Amino acid sequence: MKTDTITANTTLKLPDLDKVLDALGAWVLAIVWISPLLFAAWAALQPSGTALGLDFSNPLTFENFVYVWGAVPWGGYFTNTVVLVTLILAGQLVLCTLAGFAFARFEFKGRDTVFILVLLQLFILPEVLIVENYAIVSKLGLFDTALGIGLPYMASAFGIFLLRQAFKSVPIELEEAARIEGCSWMGVLWKVYVPAAKPVYLAYALVSIATHWNNFLWPLIVTNSPETRPLTVGLSLFGAPETGVDISVISAATIMTIAPLLMAFLIFQRQFIQAFLRAGIR
Amino acid sequence: MNEMARLQKRRLALYGWMLAAPALALMSLFAFYPAIATFWHSLFTRGTSRRPSVFAGFENYGDLFADPTFWTVATNNLIYAGVTIPVSIIFALVMALLANAHIPARSFVRSAYFTPTILPMIAAANLWLFFYTPDLGVIDQITGLFGASPTNWLGQPETALASVIIVTIWKEAGFFMIFYLAALQTIPPDLREAARIEGAGRWTYTRRVLLPLLMPTTIFVFVNAMINSVKLIDHLFILTKGGPNNASKLILYWIWEMAFAYFDSPHAAAMTILVLLALGLVAVAQFRLVEKRTHYR
Repeated sequence: MKTDTITANTTLKLPDLDKVLDALGAWVLAIVWISPLLFAAWAALQPSGTALGLDFSNPLTFENFVYVWGAVPWGGYFTNTVVLVTLILAGQLVLCTLAGFAFARFEFKGRDTVFILVLLQLFILPEVLIVENYAIVSKLGLFDTALGIGLPYMASAFGIFLLRQAFKSVPIELEEAARIEGCSWMGVLWKVYVPAAKPVYLAYALVSIATHWNNFLWPLIVTNSPETRPLTVGLSLFGAPETGVDISVISAATIMTIAPLLMAFLIFQRQFIQAFLRAGIR
Repeated sequence: MNEMARLQKRRLALYGWMLAAPALALMSLFAFYPAIATFWHSLFTRGTSRRPSVFAGFENYGDLFADPTFWTVATNNLIYAGVTIPVSIIFALVMALLANAHIPARSFVRSAYFTPTILPMIAAANLWLFFYTPDLGVIDQITGLFGASPTNWLGQPETALASVIIVTIWKEAGFFMIFYLAALQTIPPDLREAARIEGAGRWTYTRRVLLPLLMPTTIFVFVNAMINSVKLIDHLFILTKGGPNNASKLILYWIWEMAFAYFDSPHAAAMTILVLLALGLVAVAQFRLVEKRTHYR
């Protein structure tokens, strides 16, 4: 009996003040940080035009979502965004893998100079070159196509850099063993290097998907029809003053735009953050 | 034998070029060539159907410098960078330290910080519209409880830029937090123990041990934040459209406006070149910094 109370006492020891303050601070900041999102989720479920009254007694309704879905070709926007993101990611994975492999494992004249040029592209943002890139895409006849939106992003300097680093850290013995087994260069790349760089691929894919799902300025410039417009451009047109700024309706549209990515993130939240931590992008 | 080795070497070099070629070709088409072409076009006047464009030297640049809007926009962007960069880095660091501590509901806290990052800026701007709507918006309703009069946050020059800046910080801090979290995981826990035994408090430990060890991450994050301070303008399309009276206009938005709303591509080209020059300076400074760091190690 007596021993029981002693153990209970030791486990019930008051947590120290620092830890309580840490937790409290972390929670308050967390709630402040997601409050815009929570508010939008709530506003989207309010009867149209009443959200700003902050009246919590109103019944929840889905009519805003129904209205938004019917008002614009939302399904088309979704499809466009999915196609676009997939296209860009596929292009990036292929091009950056090949180039990263070349810079990591092949010696050729001028390699280091070219690599510095590649790094320089990190600073020559496609966003800044919109005027000239618009002219090029038009000349290529790719204006208002998914390829036209995606092509400027495919040779990503960031991807080449990341994969080069990852390939460089693969022990050369693995490659030599595969070569002795009679593997071709492509075979080595596919069987040794690509599997070894898996966490980097995962983290890079996540960054790429999030970036291009969210990209706005370039798609705005290169598209002009609902058949090619991605979600972000659709959403921005939807919020235009002509339709009248109704917070509930805009919230519903916003929630619909971010829902797929948000749900994917909430489900894979742990793996998502782990992928970043493990890939060592720092 | 020697001949064969040389042949082999040449074959490998050729192979290397072939692997890199597709990426290099696209990069030339969408980064290097456009950069040069932009410079070339910035030297010509704007062509109309009646008057074809003629070579004008650096006249377009002179026009920019003479335009008061240029100075407003440049100043806005400097303020925007000067506030968003340090503030979002500090928030990111604090978030990482909090989200790395052993606290209950840690994964909720991490997601809450990180979630704004995965939203499109356009959507983020929509969410913030409620907060900024004069009188009816959430901010005015809260300040109204304390008797403050309604403020047109986005519609008056004094607060428009600040409102845009707050949205950017909200969006960026969680992203930078991830890099700090990653760095914190590589710091061995015995360092904290050692510091505790030496009698160092939390603050001393953070300042003398953690911050120096996080320096490489801070440089990386800093450079990213700097690039973003030119790149992130999507919220302007929803929140202010650069107004009122250019009070919240940033450089890239201005370039977009010049080129695609006023069809004045020579001046847009000149402005683009100025941005590229500034980014080039950042690039050189960063390579220097990284080099210094590697020497130091």
